Amino acid sequence: MTLEYQPSRRGFLRQSGLLGLAVSAVTFLPRMAYASWNKAAFSAKTLADTYKAMGVGSPTASADIQINAADIAENGAVVPVEAISKIPNTTQISFLVEKNPAMLTAQFDIGPDTLPQISTRVKMGQTSNVIALVKADGKYYTASKEIKVTLGGCGG
Amino acid sequence: MGNPMKIRAVSKDGVTEVKVLMNHPMETGLRKDASGALIPALFITEVAAKLNDKVVLQAQWGQSVAKNPYLGFKVKGGKPGDKVSISWVDTSGDTRSDQATVS
Repeated sequence: MTLEYQPSRRGFLRQSGLLGLAVSAVTFLPRMAYASWNKAAFSAKTLADTYKAMGVGSPTASADIQINAADIAENGAVVPVEAISKIPNTTQISFLVEKNPAMLTAQFDIGPDTLPQISTRVKMGQTSNVIALVKADGKYYTASKEIKVTLGGCGG
Repeated sequence: MGNPMKIRAVSKDGVTEVKVLMNHPMETGLRKDASGALIPALFITEVAAKLNDKVVLQAQWGQSVAKNPYLGFKVKGGKPGDKVSISWVDTSGDTRSDQATVS
């Protein structure tokens, strides 16, 4: 009796699980869809083209942006980086790796309650400057830090 | 449907710290396999994070975010029992959403 009952119970759980996933996909994903991916910025090959595609004029170098990362990355495939902006009204933090084939790595749009402090991990093909680009009050600011890579992250 | 993420959200002194470890190959489209054939690009392009029902962080990513991406951020507010949800979409149109409870 219990053996006969179990499959249908499992089936019910699976079905309700799928339904739950479907509902969350419907409610959550449309929200993401309107932040359309900036393909031009993510495929730009030079700093000037990247900034142009992002709508950045000429950013100001700022000492109020802190980049936390090791000076030497043993493995370029996984380089932890953190950017902290002390500039008031920071609404966006982006990471760029100057010597990667496409420089722009990630752009984070932060909400009003989110602290201007983002950690992530990037890939680096070779020793390069990592740039943190911060948008605050509609203006752009940058800081950069050189990270030495002893083993490239983009090789096969 | 993507692979599940690991999400940790801890509230301390009025700030919720969120740490996310995604499970994704993040192929650049520049790498070659053993036979010399180009491995097609497959990477996460958009990420969104919500605290309860409010979007707190939206990101656009390129191919040079590291494999199995890590994301750490902090949000003012949030208390134990609140929900943090993270979702992503990749270049193939695949998506994934996961939720964690703030502790």
